[in-house]
Amino acid sequence: MSILKPDFIKPVGIGAVIFAALAFLPSLVDSYYMSLAISIVSFAVLATAWSMFSGPTRYISLATVVFFGIGAYTVAVLGEVLPFPLVLVCAGLAGTVIALLVGFSTLRLAGVYFVIFTFGLTELVRQVVSWYEVNVTREMGRYVFLDITQNDIYWQLLALFAVLLLTGFILGRSRLGFALRIIGEDETVAKHCGIDVTRVKVALFVLSALFMTLTGAIMAPRWTYIDPVIAFNPMLSFQVVIMALLGGPRRLLGPLLGVVPLTLLFEILTANFPNHFSILLGCVFLVIVYLLPSGVVGLYEKYSAPKKRVLATEQNAKPGGNAA
Amino acid sequence: MQISAKLRFATIAAATTAVMSTATLFGANAQETYRIGYAISKTGPGAPGAATSTIPNYEMWVKEINDAGGLKVGDKQLPIEVVEYDDRSSSEEAVRAIERLINQDKVDFILSPWGTGINLAVAPILDRAGYAHLAGTAVTDKAPQLSQRWKNSYWLLGTGEQYAVGLAEFLKGLKDEGKINDKVAMIAVADGFGIELSKAGREALEDRDFDLVYDKTYPLGSQDLATIVNDIKSLGADTFVAFSYPPGTLGLTEQSRVLGFNPKVFYAGVGTAFPLYKNRFGDNAEGVVSLGGASEDDPKIADYIKRHIAFAEREPDRWASIVNWATLQSLQQAIERAGTTDRVAINAELAKGGFDTILGTYKPGDQTFWQVGQWQDGKFVGLAPTSMEGAAELVFPKPEWKAAQ
Repeated sequence: MSILKPDFIKPVGIGAVIFAALAFLPSLVDSYYMSLAISIVSFAVLATAWSMFSGPTRYISLATVVFFGIGAYTVAVLGEVLPFPLVLVCAGLAGTVIALLVGFSTLRLAGVYFVIFTFGLTELVRQVVSWYEVNVTREMGRYVFLDITQNDIYWQLLALFAVLLLTGFILGRSRLGFALRIIGEDETVAKHCGIDVTRVKVALFVLSALFMTLTGAIMAPRWTYIDPVIAFNPMLSFQVVIMALLGGPRRLLGPLLGVVPLTLLFEILTANFPNHFSILLGCVFLVIVYLLPSGVVGLYEKYSAPKKRVLATEQNAKPGGNAA
Repeated sequence: MQISAKLRFATIAAATTAVMSTATLFGANAQETYRIGYAISKTGPGAPGAATSTIPNYEMWVKEINDAGGLKVGDKQLPIEVVEYDDRSSSEEAVRAIERLINQDKVDFILSPWGTGINLAVAPILDRAGYAHLAGTAVTDKAPQLSQRWKNSYWLLGTGEQYAVGLAEFLKGLKDEGKINDKVAMIAVADGFGIELSKAGREALEDRDFDLVYDKTYPLGSQDLATIVNDIKSLGADTFVAFSYPPGTLGLTEQSRVLGFNPKVFYAGVGTAFPLYKNRFGDNAEGVVSLGGASEDDPKIADYIKRHIAFAEREPDRWASIVNWATLQSLQQAIERAGTTDRVAINAELAKGGFDTILGTYKPGDQTFWQVGQWQDGKFVGLAPTSMEGAAELVFPKPEWKAAQ
């Protein structure tokens, strides 16, 4: 692999500068804007991680909150026992193991069966955790008393997002990424090319789940109290899918284009129309679906470069322009 | 057409003037109101509870104070201005909304959200920003530690343990009098509240030599509990205890009636003290025991219930609503006693207590309210602690179920 070519160094360098600049945000704004920033970065990680698997394979997964919740629960269980970095490692391991199990048992499903399965998985995991707490620990709801400030959470999320983008970028240029795109175009062709389809899909599923789990683990100290209903709230899975689809899941920075406007929109609607939030949100979604059927990235592709094909090396031609 | 166009113009002009003058009014009088903020579950799973125990009390409190000209702060009368948000029953939304209230809206005081989980999520933020936290609808065994941890937080409904122990103590009295046998059938909702109460209840009942002949949980949201009722019916327990949540509470009552399960003591959980329980079951509510209660002979309580009906067109529940109202009364007096809008001074007054409320002389966090109550003649009266003034006698045994109405 040609790691040190200029077309790798330049986008990574620009990205590094942008992330370094974003790290100074806490010294510029008050804690209200920090909470908004946390929201944006956490959704950015989730939507990008979701697209990493669902973009190329076109599997719509509603299991985001399963991994997010597992991360949060790991912190609730181990938070006061182990130092925080070790807790994160444990959360990552737990997420990986579950993702492997789920991946090998379900990624042979296709289409709507997979969607339904992932949605059911949320309920399954929630009930299993509830059952365990009710019958074994006899304590529903756990307390997370950790001295982790809002700024710490922000920096951790930012670092996680940087690692995620770098991973996605390298992946896009690797053999694995190429194999994924072939699977997305036509699974039969991929098999004939000698690609071990299931293994590639599971590998990606696990990678994407790992980032979701870590996001949940990082966010957990913010809530003080966690129970299965809070940790495994299916709304989160839907929000992530909507954001990723609005942005465009087939490009690395596409989801970000959905996350930023939608998070800001949620915020504006909540702040100004607290009593009409849901109905306004519904109207906005209708408008989006009618006006932007292929997402913001689709719009960009339509007007800027009609003939351009999506190639790995071009994916990050302008990370600076998009992230700024 | 001519007239209507003119009328329309006039209307728009009037509206614009009104909006602009309101804006100027608020602009000019920025310091002349007391700004109260709250984020509460207007939508999502927490909405029915918030709309029963919390929102009507907040709105009624603000209206009564503003109708009287406002809060007396020093020599000024400050009307209350409200900033409210919907947390959509999500901890994360609640955290964000509270940050917004503190940093963007810069409100003077923040009233608590609804529910144990959300109150815990916002507690550290309120503490850090120096706001008092009057958590009106949280039941947690950690309550004593939490008020240690966050000095200005008050956990008004106390711990799950106290309700369970209060009930066990009350049942022991009945057993010692030979009214009930030592068999108790207990079920609980598989949620924080039910688990905490059943854990404490199990210990408290066994300590008092009761025999738990049935001890299981049912899933949150489940209404069809007929199988459980059928299982319990043949066990010969004189006492049935359900630490249930509203959907389950209603389902259990209905199915016990249909299946003719009528123990001498029938205890159901949250929701029993809600007015909707009486509306739904009518005369069949008679004799059902639950947590909470109110002695309506007390003129203050009776007057509160009357005002609540006049304002919200429905009765308050007989548990959290009453505690919430006593706390709002305390807050008003704390602000007026402090004579300033300075939060540190108000927090200090809150901590002193000694407020004159519908619960008598009260300090937020005092557990001076009913832990066991019963429906008697269409009123949910307090039974225990029996040492409290106005404690009613238990209607015993529970009357037979009547046919559905």
